[in-house]
Amino acid sequence: MVGIVSYGGYVPRYRITPAEIGAVWGIDGKSYGESLGVKAKSVPGADEDTITIAVAAARNALKRVSINPKDIGAIYCGSESHPYAVKPTATVVAEAIGATPDLTAADYEFACKAGTAGIQTCMGLVKSGMIKYGLAIGSDTSQGAPGDPLEYTASAGGAALLIGNEKVVAEINRTYSFTTDTPDFWRREGQMYPSHGGRFTGEPAYFRHVLTCAKKLMEMQGTKPEDYQYAIFHQPNGRFPRRAGKMLGFKDEQINQGLLTPYIGNTYSGAVMLGLCSVLDVAKPGDRILAVAFGSGAGSDGFDITVTDEIQNFKRENAPLIRHYIENAVEVNYAIYTKLKHQIILREE
Amino acid sequence: MQIPRFWRQIPNRYNLIGVQCENCKKVYFPPRIVCPDCHRLSIGKMKQYKLSDKGVVHSYTVIYEPAEGFENQVPYIMAIIQLEDGPRITAQIVDCNPEEVKIGSRVEMVFRRLGEDGKAGIIYYGYKFALVKTQT
Repeated sequence: MVGIVSYGGYVPRYRITPAEIGAVWGIDGKSYGESLGVKAKSVPGADEDTITIAVAAARNALKRVSINPKDIGAIYCGSESHPYAVKPTATVVAEAIGATPDLTAADYEFACKAGTAGIQTCMGLVKSGMIKYGLAIGSDTSQGAPGDPLEYTASAGGAALLIGNEKVVAEINRTYSFTTDTPDFWRREGQMYPSHGGRFTGEPAYFRHVLTCAKKLMEMQGTKPEDYQYAIFHQPNGRFPRRAGKMLGFKDEQINQGLLTPYIGNTYSGAVMLGLCSVLDVAKPGDRILAVAFGSGAGSDGFDITVTDEIQNFKRENAPLIRHYIENAVEVNYAIYTKLKHQIILREE
Repeated sequence: MQIPRFWRQIPNRYNLIGVQCENCKKVYFPPRIVCPDCHRLSIGKMKQYKLSDKGVVHSYTVIYEPAEGFENQVPYIMAIIQLEDGPRITAQIVDCNPEEVKIGSRVEMVFRRLGEDGKAGIIYYGYKFALVKTQT
């Protein structure tokens, strides 16, 4: 049985509201936020980046189980905001959790689904017997150009899933991916901010991939929406995942627990994985979960998951629940936001 | 900072790895080669020791004139942390306002950026501390 042995999430403490952002660019940010279904987005501290977030999430995952970190045979970090263009995030994480040196490690990039691609790689390595445990991380400090619609949602956060086949708290029954060459969102080498195709990111990109992936996965598993207690869809805003869920036949009650964008914005590679963490924070044995990630460019990774009895012995309380991060937030204004994001030009010494 | 120097300090900075004198059981951070109490009796007996990542604020100050690289964090808090295992270390306290910190506040280690060698250089990571919040 291959599945999730432990999980951990992390969201930076600072938040900014759409109203605050809109005020700077002369638009009604409050209404814009409402149309996006976003009340606030997380903002990384001045000393936080994708690496520090990945480490925080990985350490939270390891606090909940008593495994030897040296038994982790692979670490994959998915992000579109790795601090280095060349020098892996995964090596820093490996060192920080004490997993070095007998392991393989690499960084992944696939817009918002680089973390879930890591889950699939770890599943393959565990299933083939090549490794005992694999750690898949999705972590981002995503960028939206100032004034761009993305600025209202691009946020920061990350999650880590420990994949193995012993003491599995949630079995991954099957994973399926749907991938095409769809240029809906991209960032060229050396560019600070990403570009996107505006409305083109909707129907041909997000909806086509998410819906097809979910439908095909349920078809393969012989399941229907009502067989799932929870469904998590990639959440670039608060509206798309609800609409996708509705189109597939899911109800809001199945979506709510895993939908975090309204409170923390779009954490990109962290998004579906954090949603899954939030669901695992409350899930009971036997609960079935459908998780579908989407990465621009474009592709969707779907996971059919069943929570096991092992979750009753699992030490969730050893690390903060996702709710803790949502509730312990501090709002900042746009001036502090630019300072935290290093956008103020300082005097050169 | 020289790259090899930082690289040598990675275990200490990432995971608070210090040493314990096997003669008197005292724990030191950063690591020492010889125990200042036991002197030659400690030679060859200073063993690697992973310190607890929890402690309390022994004292602190608020910095308004920043060190280079900390300009975006002003005002920031530097503290002497009394670790559970004995040593006191100097570290930054993050994710809170100065008025939230008190002498005796419980803190735990977090992993953060410490600095960088310019925009093209190496990024340094390591320990800082954050207030322990009651978890819900």
